[in-house]
Amino acid sequence: MTLGTMKIAALAVAVALAGPAAAGELRPANVRNCIWCHGTSAQGYASAPRLAGQRPAYIEKELRAFHDRMRDNPQSRQYMWGAAEALNRWKARDLATYFSTIPGKPAKDGHRDLVAEGRTIYELGIPDANIVSCVVCHGPHGEGVRDIPRLSGLSYTYLRDRLEQWNEGYHASATYPMPKVARTLSPPEVEALASYLSFAR
Amino acid sequence: MRTVGLARLLHTAMIAVALAAAGRADGAERGLAGKIEYCKTCHGLAGQGYLGYFAMPRLAGQQEAYLGNQLHAFTERRRTNPVMFNVAHALSPSMVASLAAHFRHLNPPPFGGGPRNLVARGKTIYEEGIPESNVPACSACHGPDGTGRDEIPRLAGQLYPYTVKALRSWARERGQGSAQPDVSAVMAPTAHNMNPAEISAVAAYVSTLR
Repeated sequence: MTLGTMKIAALAVAVALAGPAAAGELRPANVRNCIWCHGTSAQGYASAPRLAGQRPAYIEKELRAFHDRMRDNPQSRQYMWGAAEALNRWKARDLATYFSTIPGKPAKDGHRDLVAEGRTIYELGIPDANIVSCVVCHGPHGEGVRDIPRLSGLSYTYLRDRLEQWNEGYHASATYPMPKVARTLSPPEVEALASYLSFAR
Repeated sequence: MRTVGLARLLHTAMIAVALAAAGRADGAERGLAGKIEYCKTCHGLAGQGYLGYFAMPRLAGQQEAYLGNQLHAFTERRRTNPVMFNVAHALSPSMVASLAAHFRHLNPPPFGGGPRNLVARGKTIYEEGIPESNVPACSACHGPDGTGRDEIPRLAGQLYPYTVKALRSWARERGQGSAQPDVSAVMAPTAHNMNPAEISAVAAYVSTLR
């Protein structure tokens, strides 16, 4: 089975799962637009995050946030505002279903020596510095739930940039609690968290 | 020229003293204000609770004695919760009292999201108990409006998944460690005697109470 036929098979499954109303809406051209930056197996590349294995409700919500121009960091403005402009909610849902069913591989591109510290912050926070634990929302293994994103295995660069961008005042779909959380994190803590999560599965 | 310079110097010095005094007051205030912000990051901006991977309980309107007792239960490991163990460990007794007083006076609407179809059954259990299973009426201790009293918690407006989990895992999470007498023992037989459907119904009902 070539990669191409596998992709078509996966598409067929995604379309079948999404139901007859959506059939035909998810054209390969749609997905091709995404994988141009996010990679052919959607494992992410450079500042384009991994979509494989991401929570479908989260992908859908973010596509809406790009469409509505709410998520406004520089990369979003430059790439995703245009990319999501023509997406209606059904197309967004189809793409979300498609990408969420592809198994994700951990990026493992963080600093190995910061993993232990990052894991401690992730699981317990730093109460003395009023830094909350990430685990209570993002889950014991960074798997996310509903529209709360999976963090485990995303790339170090992407995780670090996002945490910095919250702190720099850029907006995203979530108005609470992430802007508050990010404000409490120092640069070394951001690096530790991003390093740990890039290895987590 | 020289007098102007001196006057300005004096003025600057006075401002510096005023700022230093204000800074100290701010520091103490920031201590409490910062901690309140910290609690609200997980428990909701108005203390109404929040649903992440886990359900963070509503603290708004909660009994001060209950909050204080639970924070001690975390640090004494009478109540199992690794995250809250660390959170509570960083709180001084006066901070606990101040936080409890702050949340006691918040009154946001319930978080919502519980299953509506279970509310009627839950109300019956809440008000009448389940005599055949030795489950007393919840209202007997938690009050007819679910606001609790002292160490008996407020249930009104509590998140549905939080109440469900609390009741279903009572014996595993509360009253741990034999050395500590723990008020949670009062609730153990009742939690044990309720089946999952009854727990869900009661949790749905109290989640709607204001």
